[in-house]
Amino acid sequence: MIELLDGDGTDHHTGLRARLAREAGESGLLDVAYRTIDTRLGPLLLAATSLGLVRVAFAVEGHEEVLTDLAARISPRLMHAPARLDGAAQQIDEYLHGDRQRFDLGLDFRLASGAFRHNVLAHLQTIAYGSTASYAAVALAAGSPKAVRAVGTACARNPLPVVVPCHRVVRSDGSSGQYVGGPTAKQTLLRLESSGVAAQATST
Amino acid sequence: MKREPFERVVERHGPTVLRVCRAVVGPVAADDAWSETFLAAMRAYPALAPDSDVEAWLVTIAHRKAIDQIRLMSRNPTPVPELPDGSDPPDGAPDRDDVELGHTIAHGHAAGFSGADEVGLGPNADHMLDPWPAVLALPLRQRQAVAYHHVAGLPYTEVAAILGCSVVAARRAASDGITTLRRIFQPIPTQELS
Repeated sequence: MIELLDGDGTDHHTGLRARLAREAGESGLLDVAYRTIDTRLGPLLLAATSLGLVRVAFAVEGHEEVLTDLAARISPRLMHAPARLDGAAQQIDEYLHGDRQRFDLGLDFRLASGAFRHNVLAHLQTIAYGSTASYAAVALAAGSPKAVRAVGTACARNPLPVVVPCHRVVRSDGSSGQYVGGPTAKQTLLRLESSGVAAQATST
Repeated sequence: MKREPFERVVERHGPTVLRVCRAVVGPVAADDAWSETFLAAMRAYPALAPDSDVEAWLVTIAHRKAIDQIRLMSRNPTPVPELPDGSDPPDGAPDRDDVELGHTIAHGHAAGFSGADEVGLGPNADHMLDPWPAVLALPLRQRQAVAYHHVAGLPYTEVAAILGCSVVAARRAASDGITTLRRIFQPIPTQELS
């Protein structure tokens, strides 16, 4: 209905939206803040609630679909508010450059459904940087040794990949197995961590 | 029951709401009115009926927020230049589409418009680069009717509902406003400008 804005108008509108996101946050109206970051794994979408990081999504998941899903499952009061995710963005960037081995972030696990999946995600966080565990071992640790397939599903549906290290779960035969970000992303992360551990070993 | 992310609402309707606010309260107070509009909309968004006309809803909120801004401004009045008397259109001036005129006003600059001599006396024909004094000199009701119909594109039935008047009165207010503005922003075909 209305013609496109000129350059000034676009800049002005960008400024207004940033101000709105800030004021919405200060008024407690912003239920979900999101931003994207460019990484060696491609663009990652990060989303947070007041409790902490709630979603990390690879491009292959479809960022637009992920946002629609967050609006439906958490709240439609969802806005692009990059400043709210500065901390998470910085830590993920450091991790992907080999400068960080563990995350120190508030996490919101509300998108993981069921006690078993919560157990699995909690256990994933105990797998040390640079090491791996088999699906069977995670099933055992989560208290359901026969639930190997369910562990696979829990990893595939991990709402916080990279930060909650489902990439450290591999097949018993040593092959890396499926990954929400694709097999290449999983291998990249495993190589990153093994070289990080090797670098640490030579430096000490 | 699914509602799209609020970010998409801002993305889609933000420019229109800003134009509406500018036409009603001018370019400076418009930013505050815009921000207040979307904060209020965000507060109410989860409860909005799924089949609502989101743009009409936003314009209704913008209407209230613009009135708030006008009340604020009247407490701290800023001088607005007197609306100059317009001139008659030059012979052969083509008709300008009213909707396009509304959009041009909302844009904050008068691309493609040239002024009638009597109102073009100011240095650099300032009123052409800055149409707000002329727009703001319209009676409030006319400004609102022009903004909601010609800028936001709402039908007169909805404009009347927002303004709390009859459809006939809304139509007349918009028409009177456009007539006055037309006298100030007189179209001259581009090829005759050089």
